[in-house]
Amino acid sequence: MTLADLKPGDKAIVKGWSSSVPPLRLMEHGILPGTVVEIVRFAPLGDPVDIKVRGFHLSIRKEDAAQIILETEFPA
Amino acid sequence: MSKSSVHTNLKQVAKLKRVALIGNPNVGKTTVFNVLTGMRQKVGNYPGVTVEKKTGRMDGEVPIEIIDLPGSYSLSPKSLDERIAYDVLSGHLANEPRPDLVVCIVDASNLERNLYLVTQVLDLGLPVIVALNMMDAAEAAGLVIDLKLLSEKLGVPVLPMSASKNEGIGKLKYQIRRTDLTVAPERSWTLMPAVEVEIPALIQILAEEAPKVPERQRFIEVLQCLTSDTMLDYWNKWAPNFQKEVQQARLRLLSNKVPYQQAEVIGRYGWLSPLVAQVVTRKKNVGDASVSDKIDAVLTHRVFGPLFFGLILLLIFQAVFSWATPLMDLIESSVIGLGAIIRASFPAGMATDLLVDGVVSGVGNVVVFLPQILLLFFFLGLMEDTGYMARSAFIMDRLMSRVGLGGGSVVPLLSSFACAIPGIMAARTLANPKDRLITIMVAPLMSCSARLPVYTLFIAAFLPTGKVLGLITFQGLAMFSMYLLGTVMAFVASMVLKRIVFKGESSFFAMELPPYRMPRFKQIFWRMIDRSKAFVIRAGKIIFGMSIILWGLARFPVTEPSAEIALLRSSADTVFEQRVDSLASIGVPYAEASEQIGAEMASRYRRVDAAEAGFQIEHSFIGKIGHTLEPVMRPLGFDWKISAGIVSAFAAREVIISALATIYSVGDVGEDSPLLREKLKADTYPNGDPVYTPLVAVSLLVFFVLALQCMSTLAIAKRETNSWKWPAVMWLYMTGLAYLFSLIIYQGGMALGWG
Repeated sequence: MTLADLKPGDKAIVKGWSSSVPPLRLMEHGILPGTVVEIVRFAPLGDPVDIKVRGFHLSIRKEDAAQIILETEFPA
Repeated sequence: MSKSSVHTNLKQVAKLKRVALIGNPNVGKTTVFNVLTGMRQKVGNYPGVTVEKKTGRMDGEVPIEIIDLPGSYSLSPKSLDERIAYDVLSGHLANEPRPDLVVCIVDASNLERNLYLVTQVLDLGLPVIVALNMMDAAEAAGLVIDLKLLSEKLGVPVLPMSASKNEGIGKLKYQIRRTDLTVAPERSWTLMPAVEVEIPALIQILAEEAPKVPERQRFIEVLQCLTSDTMLDYWNKWAPNFQKEVQQARLRLLSNKVPYQQAEVIGRYGWLSPLVAQVVTRKKNVGDASVSDKIDAVLTHRVFGPLFFGLILLLIFQAVFSWATPLMDLIESSVIGLGAIIRASFPAGMATDLLVDGVVSGVGNVVVFLPQILLLFFFLGLMEDTGYMARSAFIMDRLMSRVGLGGGSVVPLLSSFACAIPGIMAARTLANPKDRLITIMVAPLMSCSARLPVYTLFIAAFLPTGKVLGLITFQGLAMFSMYLLGTVMAFVASMVLKRIVFKGESSFFAMELPPYRMPRFKQIFWRMIDRSKAFVIRAGKIIFGMSIILWGLARFPVTEPSAEIALLRSSADTVFEQRVDSLASIGVPYAEASEQIGAEMASRYRRVDAAEAGFQIEHSFIGKIGHTLEPVMRPLGFDWKISAGIVSAFAAREVIISALATIYSVGDVGEDSPLLREKLKADTYPNGDPVYTPLVAVSLLVFFVLALQCMSTLAIAKRETNSWKWPAVMWLYMTGLAYLFSLIIYQGGMALGWG
């Protein structure tokens, strides 16, 4: 499952990424293995997506979100 | 700090103390910079790049230079802004030593992500102060921060403040003036062991090969080289052996499957996360959804979001298009009025002409843009300051990504419908340099308001009246097509630029949606002034200079009127004298008589003046250029007069109308002058064919949609991209497109027998 598969309001834990080159920019924003991310909403046209991570909002494109692999267990 | 210690210090250091401000975007860094320096600011460019260099003076017994670094999330350069920030802090720039102190501006309500950058700055081994800004927002969010513990853990002073409310500024100034600040302690975080073991040897080689790098800075230099190629390239010249060793270390790590690129981020967050958990406590009673989240639920709503954005755009459009008009008219009429006053008070001649038609109108050509720039930057400032700018990009991104742009390009491109100058300046709001450059490159294709009079004249004169499907007038449809063609070409051009020029460069899109804030009008006002100043000083010089040159091209070489025109004047003079004499003979005083006859013969003299002006421009350099260009322009259906008009229109597109009016000797008239229309319609080639047919008009219209007929646009593009390369590319591709389209239309039309 990837971040792009979640619905607004869902929370999940990041496991890693499918791309060979790690998305360093996202990592610097604190999206690392073990980090809890929450999908807040999709933009009116369905893309990009507003995610909440470490207490702030970040907007990323779906194609990039689809590279972020999630743990199968949901956080409490 | 006591007064005496300041004075002893004055004697000790003659050198100006330099303090760098750094922080993430949207943390109020610019507010802090403005409060520290007031209006004592200088704006320039870092050599060779488009990044703006802002410095200012903090007043006091010892003046201190404050450097406002570009907003950065990290010192590992992923953007030009971040690269500059690192280069300034590390002393990599020529003639720019490392700063004496770094002030990290941190958003207290978003501590973890902000401290990531701080840990990188600490590793530079400079004195550091952490300014914890937006304490009010943190409190409102129910966050309690143990400042003392945070300061202990980081090993540097931590100051709470709310810069927008002016709270904590005094203490920050006091800390900046201190002279006893020690450098930040060495790192207490660690890299993953497999990477950590590579570090000491690399540090050793760097120390031997580049002994100038301060000891404490070596670690971060090594780390940067391990993770970033552009940073590795830097050492090509300075430390080739070091560069080779780093490459070998990378290969070793790669073969052992060590994810070394991620080592830094994982290491820093591994140290930071527990630290922040320890330092920050969250009050239980504060609800989960903040005010900002509630606003977002409406403003990025599926239906209300786009609706609201549409209204905002409409408002901006209305302001830049209509509200600016009275002011622009006022400036234009003042310029004309001033010209008339000068003509009345100085003797007629070349010097007066230069002053009026060259200097005064050159200044007018610059100042006339200010109303639009001020208004647009008021709205842009409002959008950025409140945090709405990021939301508008969020809403529009999907649409714009289809043509190779991002959501942030919407406002700059739409502003360009009014004028490309403020539109190109508005592209500054784009964080991604590629998106910014593409936006700048295609903005002049949007039909600006200067094209409108040209469209009006040629559509009204040469296109058929009547309605299409009994609904829309044919001429209205033609007007709409002009706007549509420009917009479509702008999108096509951006797709092509993205695919060809920036091929292979992925633009990873990660945009912060900062919390909504109340706008600070003082900040917005400052930026409006700042932008206008930058425009007048930088682009204004070029526009002014070109205005003078174009004046000279139309005025020189000075040509004596032909015998025919000379006769017109002398016969008018004879009639004038005879009539004055006959009035004088019946006892009317001479002065009164000549005034009366002068008024009666005014229109005849205007015709003579117009004929002389027409003759002059035909034989001026502009006229000669028109004649020279005619063979090239004939395939588009343009004769030498249109070609000369196109060259004159380089001053500003609408100038083609007054240029044609001069060439056709109708005097100075507007685009809706029936006289000019009739003259154009009546003009024929020597063989009797009309110069203007509907097909020629369409060809000319399309040429004006696509050609970059505006020196001001080139001037501002030069200023914004900091080189003549991009304006040159812009002029070439747009003029090429214009030529190609007009050629296809005219030749195609002729082949179909529409000529």
